[in-house]
Amino acid sequence: MRGNADAHELIAPGSLTGVLELLASAPGEWTPIAGGTELMVAFAAGRLGARKLVNLWGIPDLRFIETSAYSIIIGACTTFLDLRAHADLASELPLIAKSASWIGSIANQSRATLGGNLVNGSPAADSSPALLVYDAEIEMVSRRGRRRIPYAEFHTGYKRNVMAADELLYAVRLPRRFAHHRQYLRKVGTRRAMAVSKVAMAATALLQDGVVSEIRLAAASLAPFPARLYKTEAALLGQPVTRETIQAARRALLAEVQPIDDIRSTAEYRRRVAANLIEEFLLELSAEGEPR
Amino acid sequence: MSTSWPTIHFTINGKSCEVQAPPMKRLLDVLREDLHLTGTKEGCGEGECGSCSVRMNGELVNSCLVPVLQAEGADVQTVEGLATNGKLHPIQQAFLDCGGAQCGICTPGMLMAAAQLIERNPHPSMAEIREGLAGNLCRCTGFMRIFESVLAAATQADQSAPKKVDHAR
Amino acid sequence: MSTTAKTRIVGASVSRKEGADKLLGRARYVDDIVREGMLYGATVRSTIPRGLIRSIEFDRRIDWSEFTVVTAADIPGDNHIQLIVADQPCLADGQVNHCDEAILLLAHTDKHKLREAVDAVRIEYDLLPPIFTIEESERQDQVVWGSDNLLKSFLLEKGDVDSVWESAAHIVEGEYRTGAQEHLYIENNGIIAEWSAENGVSVWGSLQCPYYVHKTLIKIFDLPDDKVRVVQTETGGAFGGKEDYPSTLASHAALLAMKSGHPVKMVYDRMEDLAATTKRHPSRTRHCTALDKDGKLLAMDIELATDGGAYATLSSTVLSRATLHAPGPYSCPNVRVRAKSWATNTVPYGAFRGFGAPQAIFALERHMDEVAAALGIDPVEFRRRNFLHDGDTTATEQVMREPVIMDMLLERALRESDYHARRARFARENPSSAVKRGLGIACFYHGSGFTGSGERILNSLAGMDVTPEGKVRVLVSNTEFGQGTNTVLTQIAAESIGIDYEDIIMAAADTGMVPNSGPTVASRTVMVVGRLIERAGVQLVEMLREHAGLGAKFTREEFFAACERYRAAKGEVASLVRYEAPPGIFWDDEKYRGEAYPSYAWSIHVAQVAVDTVTFSAEVEEFWAVQEVGRVLNPVLATGQIEGGIAQGIGYALYEKVILQNGHMANNQMTNYIIPTAEDVPPIHVFFEEIPFRYGGYGAKGIGELPHDGPAPAIVNAIKDATGISFHAIPLLPEDLFAGLAAHQQVEEQATL
Repeated sequence: MRGNADAHELIAPGSLTGVLELLASAPGEWTPIAGGTELMVAFAAGRLGARKLVNLWGIPDLRFIETSAYSIIIGACTTFLDLRAHADLASELPLIAKSASWIGSIANQSRATLGGNLVNGSPAADSSPALLVYDAEIEMVSRRGRRRIPYAEFHTGYKRNVMAADELLYAVRLPRRFAHHRQYLRKVGTRRAMAVSKVAMAATALLQDGVVSEIRLAAASLAPFPARLYKTEAALLGQPVTRETIQAARRALLAEVQPIDDIRSTAEYRRRVAANLIEEFLLELSAEGEPR
Repeated sequence: MSTSWPTIHFTINGKSCEVQAPPMKRLLDVLREDLHLTGTKEGCGEGECGSCSVRMNGELVNSCLVPVLQAEGADVQTVEGLATNGKLHPIQQAFLDCGGAQCGICTPGMLMAAAQLIERNPHPSMAEIREGLAGNLCRCTGFMRIFESVLAAATQADQSAPKKVDHAR
Repeated sequence: MSTTAKTRIVGASVSRKEGADKLLGRARYVDDIVREGMLYGATVRSTIPRGLIRSIEFDRRIDWSEFTVVTAADIPGDNHIQLIVADQPCLADGQVNHCDEAILLLAHTDKHKLREAVDAVRIEYDLLPPIFTIEESERQDQVVWGSDNLLKSFLLEKGDVDSVWESAAHIVEGEYRTGAQEHLYIENNGIIAEWSAENGVSVWGSLQCPYYVHKTLIKIFDLPDDKVRVVQTETGGAFGGKEDYPSTLASHAALLAMKSGHPVKMVYDRMEDLAATTKRHPSRTRHCTALDKDGKLLAMDIELATDGGAYATLSSTVLSRATLHAPGPYSCPNVRVRAKSWATNTVPYGAFRGFGAPQAIFALERHMDEVAAALGIDPVEFRRRNFLHDGDTTATEQVMREPVIMDMLLERALRESDYHARRARFARENPSSAVKRGLGIACFYHGSGFTGSGERILNSLAGMDVTPEGKVRVLVSNTEFGQGTNTVLTQIAAESIGIDYEDIIMAAADTGMVPNSGPTVASRTVMVVGRLIERAGVQLVEMLREHAGLGAKFTREEFFAACERYRAAKGEVASLVRYEAPPGIFWDDEKYRGEAYPSYAWSIHVAQVAVDTVTFSAEVEEFWAVQEVGRVLNPVLATGQIEGGIAQGIGYALYEKVILQNGHMANNQMTNYIIPTAEDVPPIHVFFEEIPFRYGGYGAKGIGELPHDGPAPAIVNAIKDATGISFHAIPLLPEDLFAGLAAHQQVEEQATL
């Protein structure tokens, strides 16, 4: 334990308005903390730079799952256990619950929040690939108002994002139009549980007359932040799922991604496994044939 | 600095308590240092090993990752709160009978995870047991005796549960 | 005689002696203990792998008057840890030989201030070039230890291997490597020390061997035996990792206690424990094996090398066990083992469950599969043809006087695992599946107790006394750290006297209170110390019969009444016995010949592994372990030992990698040093065959280390069975499997990479 609690301030305004007021009063000075599964790790390791923290845990305005006819809206402080327990998510957007089940363990999922996972912005973030292939939108809030952007435009670099210093991630909005898509998600870590992904891949697709009519691919741990694989998607769109198409997709993927060597894996391994995952998805797609 | 520390109120093993502490102090340290409840252990300080698992408002949490301010008003249960009137909780008894504890250092956290699992899911499958305990690392047992302990506790709670042990994932 | 007699308590799965305390959260581990006026201690460590300390500066922004500061100059006695060769300084003095070597100690009342202070000590070095591998050490790229970097060597010879090569029908060579492994006990190392001019040094802590710590402290402080007291607190896992390191940490805490005049607690956090404490020795083993036309072994020429790290510590004894396990449970007329341990500029490697045997057995049992493949013989059949049997001689020319039942164990393992039917099924299914399955086998023994004449030298003393409160108290220095020492020794004491399990208590492992019954290592506790307790119990009853009128048959009440009569007449009621070697044990330490171990435990492991060709990950799906460990005194505890050892062995093979960067462990966090979780350990099926060993406690042989020996070779053999590809090194992570499998795969995009 290398952190010193005395050296950090933590206050709890208790309401969303209170937090936004505080952030507006001194932009950039306060760091929000929700379930603590990232910041408290940094704290214990003596690596927590933030000296002033503002508590989001327990603010009801941030922990909710709302469903409307066209979308499911998830409050930023919704935990991964909350996500796993939600019936509509499970039936229509199953990759959300699946990725939630990969976050650490039960004791992490009970505290880690969707918003925290995204704002932390790890290249290996477990929830990101699924959100990307579901066309998620991010809603941010500040005292100045609210704004929305596609999640695919949220991350701008390694652990960087578009949020302004006075903004808070408010919610993630998921369109309800993927229930009939082919869906795929696989995480590759060194062990089955409590793993940091070395590669993760998500996909949603539609086939029409044997041809890929819609495709979204996204990956974690292949770039400085989780991202869509637009070039690989382009290699597949409008193509029949044949041996040749699969090979073309593999080549496109290998040209598109530049993973790194780090303490957890190697660039070569990540590239090859990512290509294998694309192939695995496409083989499933071709085996399943036309959507019902 | 200490004069400005807030007072934090919460319930610990059914009793209300209050502590004055820096708000970023880890719940783990408050339990061990302020409340002298040393049953909860620190194995890693990074939420990886689960030795510090406690229940907070009915959820399993790693107390090393909870700033104590976030426990304000919460209902916290530790290993010391499992037994009632000197009688072992069924999960404790099962661990004793089945050899679920060896060195004992992961045991308090493991018991909390197991108690949480059985309370939420009285008939866990082996896959559910494995998932429910995956955040609690044990280096001694290889987990087999622990799985049997959880099954035994679940079986004891409900005689209709299957008796046969199959460790398959 | 006792080995065949019917028993009441021995052989029953009585529950763990200290179990309730552990389950209630009452058990007191070192970090749960607070002393009045206690300070916290911290360590300033080297940030370089090798160099001369030029200067030590204390940053002026810290008020150093608040801190106790200890350097090597404060050591009143000998600045060395007392193991086999006293070459390791307690605190570096002028030179550092590995990263994270302790240079300076700090103590303060506020543990948070310590962290800042550690960072505020600036040490300047004159760098010396380091070496990090066995090869660099062999070549003497730099001489970093002694005159030639060689920490220890052994030569074991039987027959004449060189006479065989020309006439052999087959010669098969292979080279195998194993990596370092971290113990990852869940409780980090920790010690509390006190010092007073009157009483000397007392330490309490998480440790395996109180008398090892005692031996170092009397030298560090230059104190007589009775002025140093070492007490084990409840210990949260050890696995060998708390065999030697606590001597260093206890010295540190005690030095701070002496200088500050306060009790001092030092408990490492996980990052420090991982970076600074011992690991399993990495190894490289080369086999050259000659066979006749029928696949019978003619010669085994084995060259074994270990990386010992910067100081000698326990490397010689680890190497000894590796040497003696390298030829395995096979009958071979000509054997040569040349074993060497080399110094490098890494944290000294130390004891870890198996103690050299897992390294040697990985090489041997992988090589046996390679030999079988070269000869075109089924790997099971090949082993069967060469097994040792009763009356055969081992590589040290020890005659197997006890029954050797490898054939029976093998049959059982094949039957329980449905080996042949499963392999046939996998052969059918694999070609059309992205997941390739295979079965692998490993056959091995593990010598119980100390090597050769070691037990004679230890000359252990153990026994029991009877408290005025009416409990029999077992007096041993052997410690409980999860394996079941308390429980099994209690069972033995109760059985041998003829009273109840609840009538027995264990004395604290406190050098001020218990005799030296030797260290808790080498799978010796139940066999050797258990036997002493058995004899002491019998002796106690005889004494009471002779002097206190205890009848031929008695109840527990009559027993304790006799104890009180004895106490009134003669004083203390105690029974101590000293080790007696089994007859016919002769060991030549020079020639490495004779009775290497008093007994052997035997085992067969079968692993079923699935290799996913999409992700290149290998998972163990099911595991079978059949073993003969003498009599099983507590089946639940014994099964738990086997299962736990196998889980560690699975980690050793597939998950656990110590990544060194410039000699410093770069992945010194639990999130980056990966051990198997509850979701990763497969179903493990454990079977015992029991042949009581007449000189072990109630017929027991050693058990603790045995299960760590087999998983790695069984798993890597299974990977070969699944994929057709031989891997020669562990840990075998997905990245390594990728490298091996990719080299054999037709990959279309190769050109584009």
